[in-house]
Amino acid sequence: MIKVRIPTPLRTLTKGQGELEVKGTSIGEMIDNLNASHPGMKDRLCDEKGELRRFVNVYVNEEDIRFLNGKDTALKDGDEVSIVPAIAGG
Amino acid sequence: MKMKALVCRECGKEYPTTAIHVCEMCFGPLEVKYNYEEIRASISRKKIEQGPHSMWRYVDLLPIEGSATVGPHAGFTPMVRARNLGAYLGLDELYIKNDTVNHPTLSFKDRVVAVALTRARELGFETVACASTGNLANSVAAHAAASNMKCYVFIPGDLEAAKVLGNLIYRPNVVEVEGNYDDVNRLCSEIAAEHRWAFVNINIRPYYAEGSKTLAFETVEQLGWRAPDQVVVPMASGSLLTKIWKGLNEMRTVGLIDHVPTKLNGAQAEGCSPIATAHKAGRDFFKPVKPKTIAKSLAIGNPADGYYALKATAESKGAMDAVTDEEVVEGIKLLAQTEGIFAETAGGVTIGVLRKLVKQGAIRKGDVTVAYITGNGLKTQEAVIDSVGRPVRIQPSLLSFQQTFKMGQHGGGDA
Repeated sequence: MIKVRIPTPLRTLTKGQGELEVKGTSIGEMIDNLNASHPGMKDRLCDEKGELRRFVNVYVNEEDIRFLNGKDTALKDGDEVSIVPAIAGG
Repeated sequence: MKMKALVCRECGKEYPTTAIHVCEMCFGPLEVKYNYEEIRASISRKKIEQGPHSMWRYVDLLPIEGSATVGPHAGFTPMVRARNLGAYLGLDELYIKNDTVNHPTLSFKDRVVAVALTRARELGFETVACASTGNLANSVAAHAAASNMKCYVFIPGDLEAAKVLGNLIYRPNVVEVEGNYDDVNRLCSEIAAEHRWAFVNINIRPYYAEGSKTLAFETVEQLGWRAPDQVVVPMASGSLLTKIWKGLNEMRTVGLIDHVPTKLNGAQAEGCSPIATAHKAGRDFFKPVKPKTIAKSLAIGNPADGYYALKATAESKGAMDAVTDEEVVEGIKLLAQTEGIFAETAGGVTIGVLRKLVKQGAIRKGDVTVAYITGNGLKTQEAVIDSVGRPVRIQPSLLSFQQTFKMGQHGGGDA
Protein backbone atom coordinates (compact mmCIF):
# COMPACT_ATOMS: atom_id res chain seq x y z
CA MET A 1 0.00 0.00 0.00
CA ILE A 2 1.03 3.60 -0.65
CA LYS A 3 0.53 6.25 2.00
CA VAL A 4 -0.87 9.42 0.40
CA ARG A 5 -1.03 12.77 2.21
CA ILE A 6 -4.08 14.71 1.09
CA PRO A 7 -3.91 18.53 1.06
CA THR A 8 -6.64 20.59 2.71
CA PRO A 9 -8.49 21.64 -0.48
CA LEU A 10 -9.03 17.94 -1.38
CA ARG A 11 -10.23 16.83 2.03
CA THR A 12 -13.84 17.61 1.12
CA LEU A 13 -13.53 14.48 -1.04
CA THR A 14 -12.07 12.34 1.76
CA LYS A 15 -14.47 13.25 4.59
CA GLY A 16 -11.72 15.30 6.15
CA GLN A 17 -9.08 12.57 6.18
CA GLY A 18 -5.56 13.89 5.70
CA GLU A 19 -3.93 10.57 4.94
CA LEU A 20 -5.09 7.60 2.87
CA GLU A 21 -3.73 4.18 1.98
CA VAL A 22 -3.99 3.55 -1.75
CA LYS A 23 -2.79 0.86 -4.16
CA GLY A 24 -0.79 1.58 -7.30
CA THR A 25 2.46 0.76 -9.06
CA SER A 26 2.85 4.27 -10.53
CA ILE A 27 1.67 7.79 -9.75
CA GLY A 28 -0.81 7.63 -12.66
CA GLU A 29 -2.29 4.35 -11.44
CA MET A 30 -2.39 5.61 -7.87
CA ILE A 31 -4.42 8.64 -9.00
CA ASP A 32 -6.84 6.38 -10.91
CA ASN A 33 -7.33 4.21 -7.82
CA LEU A 34 -7.72 7.29 -5.64
CA ASN A 35 -10.41 8.50 -8.03
CA ALA A 36 -12.21 5.14 -7.90
CA SER A 37 -12.47 5.26 -4.11
CA HIS A 38 -12.98 9.03 -3.91
CA PRO A 39 -14.73 10.18 -7.09
CA GLY A 40 -13.80 13.63 -8.36
CA MET A 41 -10.18 13.39 -7.25
CA LYS A 42 -8.78 13.03 -10.78
CA ASP A 43 -10.65 16.05 -12.13
CA ARG A 44 -9.07 18.16 -9.46
CA LEU A 45 -5.52 16.90 -9.95
CA CYS A 46 -5.45 16.52 -13.72
CA ASP A 47 -6.49 18.68 -16.67
CA GLU A 48 -8.72 17.63 -19.59
CA LYS A 49 -5.85 15.77 -21.22
CA GLY A 50 -5.22 13.74 -18.08
CA GLU A 51 -1.95 15.53 -17.31
CA LEU A 52 -1.21 16.80 -13.81
CA ARG A 53 -2.28 20.42 -13.49
CA ARG A 54 0.44 23.07 -13.70
CA PHE A 55 0.24 24.02 -10.03
CA VAL A 56 -0.03 20.53 -8.56
CA ASN A 57 3.20 19.26 -7.01
CA VAL A 58 3.61 15.58 -6.21
CA TYR A 59 6.42 14.15 -4.12
CA VAL A 60 7.43 10.51 -3.61
CA ASN A 61 9.36 10.07 -0.36
CA GLU A 62 10.01 13.85 -0.37
CA GLU A 63 11.33 13.90 -3.98
CA ASP A 64 9.53 16.00 -6.61
CA ILE A 65 8.26 13.61 -9.31
CA ARG A 66 9.50 16.05 -11.97
CA PHE A 67 13.00 14.89 -10.97
CA LEU A 68 11.80 11.28 -11.29
CA ASN A 69 9.51 10.01 -14.02
CA GLY A 70 6.59 12.37 -13.71
CA LYS A 71 3.26 10.55 -13.77
CA ASP A 72 5.05 7.32 -14.70
CA THR A 73 7.16 7.37 -11.54
CA ALA A 74 7.11 3.84 -10.12
CA LEU A 75 5.70 3.22 -6.64
CA LYS A 76 6.34 0.34 -4.29
CA ASP A 77 4.80 -0.87 -1.06
CA GLY A 78 5.48 1.54 1.79
CA ASP A 79 6.21 4.59 -0.37
CA GLU A 80 4.88 7.91 0.89
CA VAL A 81 3.28 10.35 -1.55
CA SER A 82 2.60 14.02 -0.76
CA ILE A 83 0.31 16.12 -2.90
CA VAL A 84 1.03 19.83 -2.42
CA PRO A 85 -1.10 22.24 -4.40
CA ALA A 86 0.43 25.44 -5.69
CA ILE A 87 3.77 25.68 -3.97
CA ALA A 88 3.93 29.29 -2.88
CA GLY A 89 6.95 30.81 -1.20
CA GLY A 90 9.71 33.09 -2.34
CA MET B 1 -13.77 48.96 -0.58
CA LYS B 2 -10.67 49.00 -2.75
CA MET B 3 -10.31 45.19 -2.54
CA LYS B 4 -13.09 43.36 -4.39
CA ALA B 5 -12.05 39.74 -3.98
CA LEU B 6 -9.27 37.23 -4.36
CA VAL B 7 -9.34 35.80 -7.86
CA CYS B 8 -7.73 32.65 -9.30
CA ARG B 9 -5.10 33.56 -11.89
CA GLU B 10 -5.86 30.38 -13.80
CA CYS B 11 -9.64 29.87 -13.86
CA GLY B 12 -10.93 33.22 -12.60
CA LYS B 13 -12.97 31.84 -9.69
CA GLU B 14 -13.43 34.45 -6.97
CA TYR B 15 -12.99 34.10 -3.20
CA PRO B 16 -13.40 36.38 -0.17
CA THR B 17 -10.33 38.35 0.93
CA THR B 18 -9.24 35.94 3.69
CA ALA B 19 -6.04 34.00 4.42
CA ILE B 20 -6.12 31.64 1.44
CA HIS B 21 -3.77 31.40 -1.53
CA VAL B 22 -4.91 28.47 -3.66
CA CYS B 23 -7.94 28.00 -5.88
CA GLU B 24 -9.95 25.06 -4.54
CA MET B 25 -10.93 24.01 -8.02
CA CYS B 26 -7.75 24.12 -10.13
CA PHE B 27 -5.03 24.92 -7.54
CA GLY B 28 -4.06 28.09 -9.36
CA PRO B 29 -2.64 30.91 -7.22
CA LEU B 30 -5.01 33.61 -5.97
CA GLU B 31 -4.39 37.31 -6.33
CA VAL B 32 -6.10 40.47 -5.15
CA LYS B 33 -8.71 42.01 -7.42
CA TYR B 34 -9.11 45.76 -6.90
CA ASN B 35 -11.85 48.22 -7.57
CA TYR B 36 -9.80 50.30 -10.00
CA GLU B 37 -12.61 52.73 -10.87
CA GLU B 38 -12.89 53.72 -7.24
CA ILE B 39 -9.10 54.01 -6.85
CA ARG B 40 -8.80 56.01 -10.06
CA ALA B 41 -11.32 58.52 -8.79
CA SER B 42 -9.40 59.26 -5.59
CA ILE B 43 -5.70 58.76 -6.44
CA SER B 44 -3.48 61.50 -7.87
CA ARG B 45 0.19 62.40 -8.22
CA LYS B 46 -0.33 65.31 -5.83
CA LYS B 47 -1.94 63.15 -3.16
CA ILE B 48 0.91 60.64 -3.39
CA GLU B 49 3.57 63.38 -3.24
CA GLN B 50 2.00 64.70 -0.04
CA GLY B 51 1.99 61.22 1.53
CA PRO B 52 4.48 59.73 3.98
CA HIS B 53 8.13 59.21 3.00
CA SER B 54 7.65 55.46 2.88
CA MET B 55 6.02 52.92 0.57
CA TRP B 56 2.74 53.69 2.32
CA ARG B 57 2.31 56.77 0.14
CA TYR B 58 0.86 54.21 -2.33
CA VAL B 59 -1.57 52.69 0.19
CA ASP B 60 -4.45 53.16 -2.27
CA LEU B 61 -2.94 50.37 -4.37
CA LEU B 62 -2.04 48.04 -1.49
CA PRO B 63 -4.23 45.21 -0.14
CA ILE B 64 -5.06 46.36 3.36
CA GLU B 65 -8.37 47.69 4.65
CA GLY B 66 -7.16 50.29 7.14
CA SER B 67 -3.80 51.98 7.46
CA ALA B 68 -0.36 50.49 8.07
CA THR B 69 0.08 49.02 11.55
CA VAL B 70 3.35 47.19 10.85
CA GLY B 71 6.44 48.50 9.04
CA PRO B 72 5.51 52.19 8.78
CA HIS B 73 9.02 53.17 7.60
CA ALA B 74 9.55 50.58 4.86
CA GLY B 75 10.39 51.63 1.33
CA PHE B 76 10.95 54.94 -0.45
CA THR B 77 14.60 54.03 -0.78
CA PRO B 78 17.05 56.07 -2.88
CA MET B 79 16.98 55.98 -6.68
CA VAL B 80 20.65 56.53 -7.45
CA ARG B 81 21.71 58.00 -10.80
CA ALA B 82 24.60 55.65 -11.54
CA ARG B 83 26.87 57.87 -13.64
CA ASN B 84 30.08 55.92 -13.07
CA LEU B 85 28.63 52.49 -13.67
CA GLY B 86 26.64 53.87 -16.58
CA ALA B 87 29.79 55.26 -18.17
CA TYR B 88 31.61 51.99 -17.59
CA LEU B 89 28.84 49.98 -19.26
CA GLY B 90 28.09 52.57 -21.95
CA LEU B 91 24.65 53.62 -20.73
CA ASP B 92 23.54 57.26 -20.70
CA GLU B 93 20.86 56.97 -18.06
CA LEU B 94 21.31 54.15 -15.58
CA TYR B 95 19.71 54.11 -12.12
CA ILE B 96 20.17 51.84 -9.14
CA LYS B 97 17.07 51.35 -7.03
CA ASN B 98 18.86 50.89 -3.74
CA ASP B 99 16.97 48.59 -1.38
CA THR B 100 20.21 47.68 0.43
CA VAL B 101 19.14 50.45 2.83
CA ASN B 102 15.53 49.50 3.33
CA HIS B 103 14.19 49.83 6.86
CA PRO B 104 14.62 47.94 9.13
CA THR B 105 16.39 44.82 7.77
CA LEU B 106 18.20 46.07 4.67
CA SER B 107 16.37 44.24 1.91
CA PHE B 108 13.29 44.66 -0.28
CA LYS B 109 11.55 42.10 1.90
CA ASP B 110 10.72 44.89 4.37
CA ARG B 111 8.15 46.02 1.82
CA VAL B 112 6.31 42.75 1.45
CA VAL B 113 6.45 41.99 5.17
CA ALA B 114 4.99 45.39 6.10
CA VAL B 115 1.98 44.58 3.91
CA ALA B 116 1.76 40.91 4.98
CA LEU B 117 1.86 41.60 8.72
CA THR B 118 -0.50 44.54 8.54
CA ARG B 119 -2.96 42.32 6.66
CA ALA B 120 -2.32 39.36 9.02
CA ARG B 121 -3.31 41.58 11.95
CA GLU B 122 -6.43 42.73 10.15
CA LEU B 123 -7.33 39.06 9.71
CA GLY B 124 -6.83 38.40 13.42
CA PHE B 125 -3.61 36.34 13.44
CA GLU B 126 -1.29 36.31 16.46
CA THR B 127 1.44 34.09 15.05
CA VAL B 128 3.39 34.78 11.89
CA ALA B 129 5.72 32.45 10.02
CA CYS B 130 7.59 32.10 6.75
CA ALA B 131 9.76 29.86 4.60
CA SER B 132 12.81 31.88 3.65
CA THR B 133 16.18 31.99 1.96
CA GLY B 134 17.23 34.53 4.62
CA ASN B 135 16.12 38.08 3.93
CA LEU B 136 12.44 37.33 4.35
CA ALA B 137 13.07 35.57 7.66
CA ASN B 138 15.11 38.55 8.93
CA SER B 139 12.31 40.92 8.05
CA VAL B 140 9.50 38.79 9.46
CA ALA B 141 11.45 38.27 12.70
CA ALA B 142 12.16 42.00 13.12
CA HIS B 143 8.62 43.12 12.35
CA ALA B 144 7.12 40.39 14.56
CA ALA B 145 9.29 41.60 17.45
CA ALA B 146 8.22 45.21 16.90
CA SER B 147 4.54 44.31 16.71
CA ASN B 148 4.45 41.76 19.57
CA MET B 149 3.51 38.82 17.38
CA LYS B 150 4.68 35.24 17.89
CA CYS B 151 7.04 34.17 15.14
CA TYR B 152 8.42 31.04 13.48
CA VAL B 153 10.91 31.29 10.65
CA PHE B 154 12.00 28.27 8.61
CA ILE B 155 15.32 28.45 6.78
CA PRO B 156 17.56 26.04 4.84
CA GLY B 157 20.52 24.57 6.71
CA ASP B 158 23.25 26.31 4.70
CA LEU B 159 22.54 30.04 5.04
CA GLU B 160 25.15 32.79 5.44
CA ALA B 161 26.13 33.51 9.06
CA ALA B 162 24.77 37.08 9.04
CA LYS B 163 21.38 35.91 7.81
CA VAL B 164 21.14 33.35 10.61
CA LEU B 165 22.26 35.89 13.22
CA GLY B 166 19.86 38.40 11.67
CA ASN B 167 17.04 36.09 12.79
CA LEU B 168 18.29 35.02 16.20
CA ILE B 169 18.78 38.55 17.48
CA TYR B 170 15.01 39.21 17.37
CA ARG B 171 14.37 35.93 19.22
CA PRO B 172 11.79 34.25 17.03
CA ASN B 173 11.65 30.45 16.79
CA VAL B 174 14.32 29.83 14.15
CA VAL B 175 13.87 26.43 12.54
CA GLU B 176 16.80 25.28 10.42
CA VAL B 177 15.61 22.54 8.08
CA GLU B 178 18.04 19.97 6.76
CA GLY B 179 17.54 20.58 3.08
CA ASN B 180 17.36 23.36 0.50
CA TYR B 181 14.75 26.11 0.19
CA ASP B 182 12.43 23.95 -1.88
CA ASP B 183 12.42 21.35 0.90
CA VAL B 184 11.73 24.08 3.47
CA ASN B 185 8.96 25.46 1.31
CA ARG B 186 7.21 22.14 0.78
CA LEU B 187 7.40 21.41 4.51
CA CYS B 188 5.94 24.84 5.29
CA SER B 189 3.08 24.32 2.85
CA GLU B 190 2.21 21.21 4.84
CA ILE B 191 2.64 22.92 8.22
CA ALA B 192 0.52 25.85 7.03
CA ALA B 193 -2.34 23.46 6.36
CA GLU B 194 -2.26 22.19 9.96
CA HIS B 195 -1.80 25.40 12.00
CA ARG B 196 -3.72 28.65 12.08
CA TRP B 197 -0.69 30.82 11.52
CA ALA B 198 -0.12 33.64 9.09
CA PHE B 199 2.52 32.16 6.81
CA VAL B 200 3.43 35.35 5.01
CA ASN B 201 4.55 33.67 1.79
CA ILE B 202 1.98 30.88 1.82
CA ASN B 203 -1.56 31.61 3.04
CA ILE B 204 -0.92 35.39 3.18
CA ARG B 205 0.90 35.36 -0.16
CA PRO B 206 -1.81 37.10 -2.21
CA TYR B 207 -1.35 40.18 0.04
CA TYR B 208 2.36 39.80 0.80
CA ALA B 209 3.40 39.69 -2.85
CA GLU B 210 1.57 42.95 -3.61
CA GLY B 211 4.12 44.80 -1.47
CA SER B 212 6.67 44.34 -4.25
CA LYS B 213 4.62 46.63 -6.51
CA THR B 214 5.88 49.56 -4.45
CA LEU B 215 9.28 49.15 -6.14
CA ALA B 216 7.56 49.91 -9.44
CA PHE B 217 5.55 52.81 -7.99
CA GLU B 218 8.63 54.43 -6.48
CA THR B 219 10.58 53.94 -9.68
CA VAL B 220 7.99 55.83 -11.69
CA GLU B 221 7.64 58.66 -9.18
CA GLN B 222 11.39 59.02 -8.63
CA LEU B 223 11.99 59.18 -12.39
CA GLY B 224 9.60 62.13 -12.55
CA TRP B 225 6.40 60.19 -13.25
CA ARG B 226 7.64 58.12 -16.18
CA ALA B 227 8.15 54.40 -16.57
CA PRO B 228 11.71 53.38 -17.53
CA ASP B 229 12.60 51.78 -20.86
CA GLN B 230 14.35 48.83 -19.22
CA VAL B 231 14.41 47.21 -15.81
CA VAL B 232 16.68 44.43 -14.61
CA VAL B 233 15.18 42.35 -11.82
CA PRO B 234 16.67 39.44 -9.87
CA MET B 235 14.50 36.30 -9.89
CA ALA B 236 14.07 33.65 -7.23
CA SER B 237 10.38 32.68 -7.22
CA GLY B 238 9.77 35.16 -10.03
CA SER B 239 7.29 37.09 -7.89
CA LEU B 240 9.20 40.39 -7.77
CA LEU B 241 9.46 40.66 -11.56
CA THR B 242 5.79 39.73 -11.96
CA LYS B 243 4.71 42.36 -9.43
CA ILE B 244 6.88 45.11 -10.91
CA TRP B 245 5.04 44.48 -14.16
CA LYS B 246 1.70 44.57 -12.38
CA GLY B 247 2.66 47.78 -10.55
CA LEU B 248 3.69 49.60 -13.73
CA ASN B 249 0.49 48.62 -15.49
CA GLU B 250 -1.67 49.55 -12.50
CA MET B 251 -0.23 53.07 -12.58
CA ARG B 252 -1.45 53.38 -16.12
CA THR B 253 -4.82 51.81 -15.26
CA VAL B 254 -5.49 54.37 -12.52
CA GLY B 255 -4.28 57.25 -14.68
CA LEU B 256 -0.97 58.16 -13.02
CA ILE B 257 1.00 57.61 -16.24
CA ASP B 258 0.00 57.34 -19.88
CA HIS B 259 2.09 54.50 -21.16
CA VAL B 260 4.43 51.72 -20.09
CA PRO B 261 7.25 51.22 -22.59
CA THR B 262 9.18 49.11 -20.09
CA LYS B 263 10.98 45.92 -21.02
CA LEU B 264 11.33 43.52 -18.09
CA ASN B 265 14.64 41.67 -17.87
CA GLY B 266 15.03 38.78 -15.45
CA ALA B 267 18.33 37.83 -13.81
CA GLN B 268 19.33 34.49 -12.29
CA ALA B 269 22.50 32.70 -11.26
CA GLU B 270 23.56 29.86 -13.56
CA GLY B 271 23.53 27.44 -10.64
CA CYS B 272 19.80 28.02 -10.23
CA SER B 273 18.26 29.37 -13.40
CA PRO B 274 15.07 27.43 -14.16
CA ILE B 275 13.22 30.55 -15.34
CA ALA B 276 16.00 32.07 -17.46
CA THR B 277 16.72 28.68 -19.02
CA ALA B 278 13.09 28.24 -20.02
CA HIS B 279 12.97 31.78 -21.46
CA LYS B 280 16.08 31.23 -23.55
CA ALA B 281 14.67 27.95 -24.86
CA GLY B 282 11.45 29.75 -25.81
CA ARG B 283 9.35 27.62 -23.44
CA ASP B 284 6.46 28.93 -21.35
CA PHE B 285 7.05 26.32 -18.62
CA PHE B 286 10.11 25.56 -16.55
CA LYS B 287 11.74 22.45 -15.18
CA PRO B 288 12.62 22.58 -11.48
CA VAL B 289 16.32 22.32 -10.62
CA LYS B 290 18.49 21.53 -7.59
CA PRO B 291 20.16 24.86 -6.76
CA LYS B 292 23.93 25.18 -6.53
CA THR B 293 25.06 28.81 -6.35
CA ILE B 294 26.50 31.36 -3.95
CA ALA B 295 23.44 33.51 -4.66
CA LYS B 296 21.54 31.74 -1.92
CA SER B 297 18.79 34.33 -1.67
CA LEU B 298 17.84 33.42 -5.25
CA ALA B 299 18.25 29.66 -4.79
CA ILE B 300 14.70 28.52 -5.46
CA GLY B 301 14.66 25.50 -7.76
CA ASN B 302 10.87 25.29 -8.01
CA PRO B 303 9.83 28.93 -8.48
CA ALA B 304 6.17 29.55 -7.61
CA ASP B 305 5.80 32.43 -10.07
CA GLY B 306 8.16 31.11 -12.73
CA TYR B 307 5.33 30.64 -15.20
CA TYR B 308 4.03 34.19 -14.71
CA ALA B 309 7.53 35.71 -14.83
CA LEU B 310 8.03 34.08 -18.24
CA LYS B 311 4.69 35.44 -19.40
CA ALA B 312 5.35 39.00 -18.16
CA THR B 313 8.82 39.10 -19.71
CA ALA B 314 7.45 37.90 -23.03
CA GLU B 315 4.61 40.44 -22.94
CA SER B 316 7.07 43.25 -22.31
CA LYS B 317 9.46 41.94 -25.00
CA GLY B 318 12.26 41.79 -22.43
CA ALA B 319 15.02 39.26 -21.95
CA MET B 320 16.44 36.93 -19.34
CA ASP B 321 19.92 35.70 -18.65
CA ALA B 322 22.07 34.00 -16.04
CA VAL B 323 25.60 34.55 -14.72
CA THR B 324 28.23 32.34 -13.12
CA ASP B 325 29.23 32.64 -9.47
CA GLU B 326 32.46 34.39 -10.58
CA GLU B 327 30.39 36.93 -12.48
CA VAL B 328 28.24 37.42 -9.38
CA VAL B 329 31.32 38.36 -7.34
CA GLU B 330 32.55 40.64 -10.14
CA GLY B 331 29.13 42.29 -10.26
CA ILE B 332 29.16 42.98 -6.51
CA LYS B 333 32.65 44.50 -6.75
CA LEU B 334 31.84 46.54 -9.84
CA LEU B 335 28.80 48.13 -8.20
CA ALA B 336 30.72 48.82 -5.00
CA GLN B 337 33.71 50.31 -6.80
CA THR B 338 31.74 52.49 -9.19
CA GLU B 339 28.76 53.60 -7.10
CA GLY B 340 29.74 52.94 -3.50
CA ILE B 341 26.88 50.52 -2.99
CA PHE B 342 27.61 47.15 -1.36
CA ALA B 343 25.04 44.66 -2.60
CA GLU B 344 24.47 41.09 -1.57
CA THR B 345 24.88 38.21 -4.04
CA ALA B 346 21.48 38.84 -5.65
CA GLY B 347 22.73 42.34 -6.55
CA GLY B 348 25.79 40.76 -8.12
CA VAL B 349 23.47 38.65 -10.23
CA THR B 350 21.53 41.74 -11.33
CA ILE B 351 24.65 43.72 -12.24
CA GLY B 352 26.20 40.70 -13.99
CA VAL B 353 23.10 40.19 -16.12
CA LEU B 354 22.78 43.95 -16.80
CA ARG B 355 26.33 43.86 -18.14
CA LYS B 356 25.57 40.87 -20.34
CA LEU B 357 22.40 42.41 -21.75
CA VAL B 358 24.22 45.62 -22.64
CA LYS B 359 26.92 43.60 -24.41
CA GLN B 360 24.29 41.64 -26.32
CA GLY B 361 22.60 44.87 -27.40
CA ALA B 362 19.35 44.00 -25.62
CA ILE B 363 19.78 47.16 -23.54
CA ARG B 364 20.96 50.15 -25.58
CA LYS B 365 22.92 53.29 -24.79
CA GLY B 366 19.98 55.68 -24.67
CA ASP B 367 17.59 53.41 -22.74
CA VAL B 368 16.48 54.72 -19.36
CA THR B 369 17.44 51.68 -17.30
CA VAL B 370 16.76 50.75 -13.68
CA ALA B 371 18.58 47.90 -11.91
CA TYR B 372 16.97 46.60 -8.72
CA ILE B 373 19.45 46.01 -5.91
CA THR B 374 17.39 44.15 -3.35
CA GLY B 375 19.71 43.20 -0.48
CA ASN B 376 22.75 44.31 1.52
CA GLY B 377 26.28 42.98 1.03
CA LEU B 378 27.03 42.88 4.74
CA LYS B 379 24.66 39.92 4.94
CA THR B 380 26.58 37.79 2.41
CA GLN B 381 30.20 38.50 3.30
CA GLU B 382 31.22 34.90 2.65
CA ALA B 383 30.75 35.49 -1.09
CA VAL B 384 33.46 38.15 -1.41
CA ILE B 385 35.69 37.78 1.65
CA ASP B 386 38.44 35.99 -0.28
CA SER B 387 38.50 38.35 -3.24
CA VAL B 388 38.78 41.83 -1.76
CA GLY B 389 42.40 41.77 -0.55
CA ARG B 390 43.68 42.72 2.91
CA PRO B 391 44.39 46.06 4.61
CA VAL B 392 47.91 47.45 4.31
CA ARG B 393 49.56 46.96 7.71
CA ILE B 394 52.05 49.56 9.01
CA GLN B 395 53.75 50.68 12.23
CA PRO B 396 52.19 53.67 14.01
CA SER B 397 54.84 56.05 12.65
CA LEU B 398 54.91 58.64 9.88
CA LEU B 399 58.03 56.99 8.46
CA SER B 400 56.37 53.61 8.21
CA PHE B 401 53.43 55.19 6.37
CA GLN B 402 55.61 57.16 4.00
CA GLN B 403 57.84 54.19 3.24
CA THR B 404 54.85 51.98 2.59
CA PHE B 405 53.22 54.49 0.25
CA LYS B 406 56.57 55.68 -1.21
CA MET B 407 55.86 59.34 -0.47
CA GLY B 408 58.33 62.16 0.11
CA GLN B 409 58.36 64.35 3.23
CA HIS B 410 55.80 66.71 1.85
CA GLY B 411 53.46 64.22 0.40
CA GLY B 412 52.86 64.17 -3.29
CA GLY B 413 51.05 61.58 -5.24
CA ASP B 414 49.22 58.42 -4.35
CA ALA B 415 50.71 55.02 -3.76
